[in-house]
Amino acid sequence: MAVAMRSVQRTRRIKLQVFRIVVFALAAVFFLIPLAAMVEFSTRGINGERTLEYWTSIVQYPDMIKAIIASVQLALITSVAMLVLLVPTMVWVRLKLPQLSRIVEFVCLLPLTIPAIVLVTGLFPMYIWLGTNVSDSILTLAFAYVVLVLPYCYRAIDAGLGAIDVKTLSEAARSLGASWLTVMWRVIVPNISNAILNATLLSVALVLGEYTVANVLLYSNLQVELVHLGRANAGVSIAVAVASLMFAFVLLVGIAFVGGRRRRTQSEAVTNLGKGPVQGSAG
Amino acid sequence: MIQRSGVEVRLENLVRRYGTVTALDGLSLTIAPGELVALLGPSGCGKTTALRLLAGLEEADGGRVVVAGKDVTGLPTNRRNVGMVFQAYSLFPHMVAWENVAFGLQMRKVGTEERKKRALEALELVGLGRVANRYANQMSGGQQQRVALARALAIRPQVLLLDEPLSALDAKVRARLRDEIRRIQLEVGITTLFVTHDQEEALAIADRVGVMQLGRLEQLGPPTLVYTRPATPFVAEFVGLTNRLAGTVKGGSVEVRGVQLPLVQPDIADGPATALVRPEAVTLIGRGDAEEGPLVGTVLTVAFLGAVSRVTVDLGDTTVLAQMPTSAASQHPAGTKVRLELRSDPVLIQREEPASAAS
Repeated sequence: MAVAMRSVQRTRRIKLQVFRIVVFALAAVFFLIPLAAMVEFSTRGINGERTLEYWTSIVQYPDMIKAIIASVQLALITSVAMLVLLVPTMVWVRLKLPQLSRIVEFVCLLPLTIPAIVLVTGLFPMYIWLGTNVSDSILTLAFAYVVLVLPYCYRAIDAGLGAIDVKTLSEAARSLGASWLTVMWRVIVPNISNAILNATLLSVALVLGEYTVANVLLYSNLQVELVHLGRANAGVSIAVAVASLMFAFVLLVGIAFVGGRRRRTQSEAVTNLGKGPVQGSAG
Repeated sequence: MIQRSGVEVRLENLVRRYGTVTALDGLSLTIAPGELVALLGPSGCGKTTALRLLAGLEEADGGRVVVAGKDVTGLPTNRRNVGMVFQAYSLFPHMVAWENVAFGLQMRKVGTEERKKRALEALELVGLGRVANRYANQMSGGQQQRVALARALAIRPQVLLLDEPLSALDAKVRARLRDEIRRIQLEVGITTLFVTHDQEEALAIADRVGVMQLGRLEQLGPPTLVYTRPATPFVAEFVGLTNRLAGTVKGGSVEVRGVQLPLVQPDIADGPATALVRPEAVTLIGRGDAEEGPLVGTVLTVAFLGAVSRVTVDLGDTTVLAQMPTSAASQHPAGTKVRLELRSDPVLIQREEPASAAS
């Protein structure tokens, strides 16, 4: 009986494994074929030979380099601003104003229901005023981007806060003498670091891929510059697109790796230090 | 050693309202230095609210909280110097046990070496020195609550607040940890407020037990007094089991089924009433096969509780609970006829229509 059960379980495991491999392979093909086509196109010479001419000429477009730097700066500013705005607000609502949680959720998810082009039409007068009275730097786009990333980041952080007992942890820390700032920085943030990492990844990915808002507001970020370049030189445009995809991939993997390393270090510390026998009394 | 002397705590006429609901209705309570007072009561009676007001986790709508002669009513939690153990597991998941214990010391700017030394000392006090490097998810519930106790004590608080710290644990661990909390509290000598809905817990470890209902203290006194001389019918019914037997008050005593019993409140007016009689004041004497009378009945059930058993006897018009050593109860299996005897302990009287079932 037990042998038969084990055999059935083994067959199920193998089937599941095969299913996983097939799904993974299909997904990989779906994503990699366009990428491979882009690489092929961006390395195709006039007479069909292989050349890196388009790739090497990227640096000859200073506007593109500027746009890349601006997009990275925007991703950074947006992520930080989003975290500073969202994390304390959500914690405070959970602790002190739970009756407002539905309203906050509604406000945060609202940008998801408004098309970017409608949003930017609303933002346009504000940006005219900003450009005239404060600054016309592309970095002011961060205001709009914080609004754009809110729905995604709200969901990520909400899931993180839902996984811990925010009220008890903060009350415990308060009773031990911690100020609210310490509670936030030393107790809440370390325990929702995964959620913060996810929110950051989402906001970086969103900002690096954003086109509509920047284009309508007449700013040149990475995506806008790619489109411009595509009209002038399709080969270089595709080379930059592949390069920017690779850059975004490396950046996201880098952020994930930093978060992952922190968690691994913690778990290794547990493995190394926690080997003492547990005292067998209460519990 | 962590601390050896406690301070006096006074809750003076505390009022707390949540909208139209009054959670605390003028609660006054004085806890002597080094004393352990347990607040006992059903859900929603205000006991946790009282503890949270003392901790500073909530603001009072009226009244004062005085600790060591100083009015701390307006002080935020982090400036009150109280140690607290919560009902829910409250260890910081990203810190190992000793870091958790050292957290409060860090908030008090204690140096790294001293911090670690005192954290380990506190862990030793609760018998968990060897799990100092474990995270919360590597400890059992009992261990987590003991680390939480060490964390609360490590800051050398003036008052220790225990908010149902044992309710999430299984019965055996709960009993062991309960005794351990008492041992440590006596050893440290810290003034302690213990909130629980478990009467056994409260009666077992408290110097005094306060029974609460509807935001007020019904009775405050030593456990034996609260149990044997309940001040109100609510206390009598909430603490321990009680038989509600119809009787007649006359001349400072009550006649219950032909037996005269003294009264806790001797000045009560004559007339019909319900007497509240403890099951342990009821004994079964001999087999009543050939007898008749108001205290002769048939054993319905015998509930084995370990060293003692609880016997339910049907008297025809009502049922009565009797509690006795299991060896005595085993002589009266279900179905046998028995005669009851009521011990002449003072009983409480309730003026209402007598109920038929024991509560």
